[in-house]
Amino acid sequence: MTPASKSRILGMTARGATTAAAILIVAALLPLGLSSYQVGLATEILIFGILAMSIDILAGFAGRTSLGHGAIFGVSTYVVVYMTSQAEMSPWLALLLGIAAATVVAAVFALLAVRTSGVYFLLLTLALGMIIWGVCLRWTQVTGGENGMRGDVRPAILVGQSAFYWAVLACAAVVSYAMWRFVCSPFGLTLRGIRDSESRMRSLGYNVPLHLFIGFSVSGVFAGIAGALYAMFNNFVSPSTVALAQSVEGVLMMIAGGVGTLFGAFVGAAAIIVLENIVSSYTQRWLMVLGITFVLIMIFAPEGIIGKLRAIFSRKAKAP
Amino acid sequence: MSEPILTLSDVTVAFDALKAVDGVSLTVPRGQRRAIIGPNGAGKTTLFNAIAGAHPPTSGKVMFNGNDVSELPPHRRARLGISRTFQITNLFPTLSVQDNMMLALRGLKPKKFSLFGAPDPDEAEAARIGSALKAARIAERADVIVKEMSYGEQRQLEIAIALVTTPTMLLLDEPAAGLSPSERSMIAEVIRSLDPAITVILIEHDMDLALGLVDHVTCMFEGRVLVEEPPEGIRRNAKVQEVYLGKPRHA
Ligand SMILES: Nc1ncnc2c1ncn2[C@@H]1O[C@H](COP(=O)(O)OP(=O)(O)OP(=O)(O)O)[C@@H](O)[C@H]1O
Ligand SMILES: [Mg+2]
Repeated sequence: MTPASKSRILGMTARGATTAAAILIVAALLPLGLSSYQVGLATEILIFGILAMSIDILAGFAGRTSLGHGAIFGVSTYVVVYMTSQAEMSPWLALLLGIAAATVVAAVFALLAVRTSGVYFLLLTLALGMIIWGVCLRWTQVTGGENGMRGDVRPAILVGQSAFYWAVLACAAVVSYAMWRFVCSPFGLTLRGIRDSESRMRSLGYNVPLHLFIGFSVSGVFAGIAGALYAMFNNFVSPSTVALAQSVEGVLMMIAGGVGTLFGAFVGAAAIIVLENIVSSYTQRWLMVLGITFVLIMIFAPEGIIGKLRAIFSRKAKAP
Repeated sequence: MSEPILTLSDVTVAFDALKAVDGVSLTVPRGQRRAIIGPNGAGKTTLFNAIAGAHPPTSGKVMFNGNDVSELPPHRRARLGISRTFQITNLFPTLSVQDNMMLALRGLKPKKFSLFGAPDPDEAEAARIGSALKAARIAERADVIVKEMSYGEQRQLEIAIALVTTPTMLLLDEPAAGLSPSERSMIAEVIRSLDPAITVILIEHDMDLALGLVDHVTCMFEGRVLVEEPPEGIRRNAKVQEVYLGKPRHA
């Protein structure tokens, strides 16, 4: 229709594609200038950015904030670590199984949660996540209980810190692109419609719970991908990986970046992970600092870091 | 052409003890412009809900275009060609007009399940959206976010959304409620220039607006049909004057 929509690269505008390419190049060059510890941090940021994005698909686009995504993420991590260490499966197959397991868990969560919204959705997903946590803690023979499980998940070619970072970066790029296509797709539009007016969607002939079910399950696939990468990153899993704190951190990263901004998730993940690392060298009270940070964000930048920047730039652009 | 498009036989909609619609029988010929008038709480909106399926009738039969639709859910009736607007504006406020139209158009199509497809409308969709927006006189507003439009424009969008699925019958529930006189005449103009093949049923409190637009008038009172008459006679009808014109808000 408009001239801009004709010259699209993989569905992106020329400007969007250039920005994405520039960010990717800078991100790919990072290991050349960073210590191996810092490269590890950057890898973690990418992995949690994917998790936060998967939460944003539901929160920002379907209007439903999940507190169960940490558990979905962690199920994938558990399955990958278990399959490689206990079942001696090939890492690649284990990764696929982990993602599949996370998807199944997400689908079960979805079946129970799609008929709710607002705080009920929040509480229901929280409770479902707690069940997963309980299972991981108590099913000692399989999960190793409180002690968790160690595994040697990374395939040989990815053992180096930088090699692994690049692999995760490539994965994050593909997955981000997929999520972006997903929220922009005709189906993604139906999720935004549900966020704005469920009753109107129903009268237009949409099966609202079915759409939420599909949206939740797709979001679960992406959370599962993040969880599988985390298994490779950490080579270890314990109940804290599926705990409520994990879900909350994912949601906070999403909110810090900006609800509904999708890529803001990476900014939010970076802000919170960097802060966590700075703070924990001074004090043990990381959770308290996280709480305070969150309160400050809600007061001074409720639209998130990306949302705030956008608002500032558009105000500047409008000013004479 | 002589067969009526809509026939209601003895339709009742009860909310517990209250019969909001009480034994209404009604026949609307194809292509007719029909007004339904009546004081607040007469059961007009409830009657629309019975026809469109939001509140299926407790008893009685709704025949549309040769099909018994009494038991069908709203989207099945929509698929048969019944479209409606709402008395209370119900749009997607944070989306653009274009996206509102797209959602309306795709509700009954499998394309709504395209998970990674391109967002843009195809040619046929663009043409339908274009002509519905034009019919509702908001063709230039396609890229505007709905919450940034005036209330009058939002009412026009309500009509455009109902039109984009190319319905055979259009139910308009007080399309001009709450609008300024100039906005009302805009809405009247939109309704007047609708495709004559579409059967239109219009709920409207404002007699001057309604009577200038329709061929036939049904006046409801307390859930029942009080009078059915062409517009010329309705103002002089004693029963109508008693329940309706006597009300202070229409003095
Ligand atoms: N969902 C419902 N549950 C219970 N009672 C209802 C419901 N919907 C409508 N009613 C009642 O049914 C009666 C008819 O309502 P309806 O909305 O059909 O009137 P109306 O003619 O459209 O009035 P108005 O001109 O004010 O829009 C009213 O007494 C109303 O309170
Ligand atoms: Mg009404």
